[in-house]
Amino acid sequence: MNFDDTPQEAEFRATARAWIGANAPKQYEEELRKSSLGRTQLKNANILEVAKAWQKKKADAGWACLHWPKEYGGRGSSPIERVIWQQEEGPFGQLSRMFIIGHGMCGPTMMAFAREEHKRTYLPPLASGEKVWCQLFSEPAGGSDVAGLRTRAEKDGDDWVINGQKIWTSGAHYSDYGILLTRTDPTVPKHKGLTMFFLDMKSPGVEVRPIKQASGASDFNEVYFTNVRIPDHQRLGEVGDGWNVSLTTLMNERSAIGAAVSTGFPELFEYCSSLMLDDGPAIEDRAVRSKLANWAVKASGLKYTSMRAISALSKGERPGPENSIGKLVAGSMIQDVATYALDLQGASGVVSAEDGELAGRFQAMLLRAPGTRVEGGTDEIMRNIIAERVLGLPGDIRVDKDVPFNKIPTKGR
Amino acid sequence: MNFDFSDDQKQLRDQARKFLAEKCSPKAVRAVLDGKAPYDKELWKGLAEMGFLGVAIPEEFGGAGAGHLELCVIAEEMGRANAPVPFSSTVYLAAEALLIAGSDAQKKKWLPAIAAGEAIGTLALFEGKGNPSPKNVKLTAANGVLNGVKKPVADGTVADFAVVAARTGSSGRDGDISLFLVDLKAGGVEVKSLTNLDPTRGQAEITFRDCKAEPLGATGEGWSILTQVLDRAAVLCAFEQVGGSDRALEMGRDYALDRIAFGRQIGSFQAVKHMLADMYVSATLARSNSYYGAWALSTNASELPEAAAAARISATQAFQHCAKNNIQVHGGMGFTWEFDCHMYYRRANAMALGLGSLSYWEDQLIDRMRKKNAA
Repeated sequence: MNFDDTPQEAEFRATARAWIGANAPKQYEEELRKSSLGRTQLKNANILEVAKAWQKKKADAGWACLHWPKEYGGRGSSPIERVIWQQEEGPFGQLSRMFIIGHGMCGPTMMAFAREEHKRTYLPPLASGEKVWCQLFSEPAGGSDVAGLRTRAEKDGDDWVINGQKIWTSGAHYSDYGILLTRTDPTVPKHKGLTMFFLDMKSPGVEVRPIKQASGASDFNEVYFTNVRIPDHQRLGEVGDGWNVSLTTLMNERSAIGAAVSTGFPELFEYCSSLMLDDGPAIEDRAVRSKLANWAVKASGLKYTSMRAISALSKGERPGPENSIGKLVAGSMIQDVATYALDLQGASGVVSAEDGELAGRFQAMLLRAPGTRVEGGTDEIMRNIIAERVLGLPGDIRVDKDVPFNKIPTKGR
Repeated sequence: MNFDFSDDQKQLRDQARKFLAEKCSPKAVRAVLDGKAPYDKELWKGLAEMGFLGVAIPEEFGGAGAGHLELCVIAEEMGRANAPVPFSSTVYLAAEALLIAGSDAQKKKWLPAIAAGEAIGTLALFEGKGNPSPKNVKLTAANGVLNGVKKPVADGTVADFAVVAARTGSSGRDGDISLFLVDLKAGGVEVKSLTNLDPTRGQAEITFRDCKAEPLGATGEGWSILTQVLDRAAVLCAFEQVGGSDRALEMGRDYALDRIAFGRQIGSFQAVKHMLADMYVSATLARSNSYYGAWALSTNASELPEAAAAARISATQAFQHCAKNNIQVHGGMGFTWEFDCHMYYRRANAMALGLGSLSYWEDQLIDRMRKKNAA
């Protein structure tokens, strides 16, 4: 048992570190290091532009999408090299946020299902950040129940005509392309009538409207489709096989290994280390210490769970199911941490940024955290996944499983 | 990075699991629970024959000289099997104290006997209510003679010798405490059995009256040695707790698959599934924290104090959580003496106290994190 790199890994790390040291946008390092959930921004620069420039620079030097094949804009690296890169990229990795969906989900789906010429055309600019992609799955009628989606695709000559509405589309407002899950046959049970496409987000009939979130920010959008035409060669997978195609996408969403999850703990520990309560320093208070200790072991537990997965990668093995706990634990933890940090401030906790930069972070965290517990699989869906795929418990009894989609009730009462 | 046990270590774990499945069935645990014997002597003998008692004891002292990672995987299996033997007292506490602070003669006398299953040892630290603290040590040592009362002493009723924490000074500092080795079969010792939460492991009150004792380590070094011993035992106990958590989770999962109510497996209800998923989360966090503790223990890293406290807290929580909800999944049957759930529930809650309670370790963890940050 050790935390050491193999000689090969150490060499890769040294090369990556040297390149990052010479090329990263250092002027933003401090701000990026201080960013936390709900608060990643640069005071004097447009973060999207900075992110795109960094991504392009990486791509030009062969450091973009490391695990992708070279012909599609990647580096052909092993999974462990990708993890080492993330570790070395450190705070600059925050700049990759706008590419997470494209690189983590759209790219792999294209790689698995698109025609070769499309892969060669679309994947390299996706890797380099010149083109941004989004994922159009969720709908008002299909959140956790993604297969309940209603956006229609109807064949018309060599094209498909799309009508409907998507929601919770991250980054649709700055995306160039998207992968789109549609219903092509409403007369068969819901999982069987779906088909996947990719499309140009500038196509006529696509309208993007930002959602104002509970936090006040707008990271997501509603996307409306009115008679949008998609050529059949942009179909991904067979007609009616969209559910299986989407599983490839979602597996990628949930299998990101080595990506640090925000728990809020380092921020809280730092805050409590300097905070004075009525009776003395917060960090000397028994109740505070007990809370901190309980969160500390969750944060360290997640960290070392991730290291176990990385070790499996390093040995060329498939990581076990342990990593599936990350988002479930971190989501509610960061919410509780933020609540507690404000509690420690007493009534003044209600005032934004009353106690300077550090305390202001916790309000941002508090307001963003509910989204974390919902996006990419709600806490409840994550528990179902653990129960079914890890513990082998039965799937939910699905009353709509064998019912034609157009016969499933649409209202509760 | 290789943050995992080696193939050899995993093989040892499988070997221990197989051995314990055969020699330490729930029926064997029940024999001790029901008071038929103070501990499972046959099993103890078997553990010695397998080389498990001396796995981390150097060869020159009669052990296998393997190491602490090997001891960790065995500990996990001991916890999984709920083994009714004085393993933790003897191996994690007494043997570790000897390894850290024993003279050559002391090691030669006791370590081979431990490895051979011929000597049971324990640590006599507590004196009634309270957590590990120098100020709670009232038992005195003067001129090589001990006077005072220790309780509870885990496995004190069956132990042959004890490492005893005694007061040798009154400055109010850690240096007031020294450790002593006492042969419990010699004079000046009175052992009384105490009824306790987990009857598969005895607890005793030991009265020392002008009891002869030899120093273990230098005078005034007692607290520093004890702190190291407790940290090492915390990691090893964490592995027992991890093993126990996994077993309790498995029992709950299996029952949820077998039991039909309302015309379906109860494991198909989300209320039950989610409860089991949460148990898996706790068990996984505990395992990962414990692995880090194992790494720190096996390399004697400067991170050990923090890693040990984190492993202790996380594994204690996980075992309590899994053992408690295992009963809940079982419903009424889980609350019967006949079902095995309560044996894990008892063990989980007794283990949560043995090395000092959660609140003590929470405090320790924060102190140690602050120290690290300050450094």
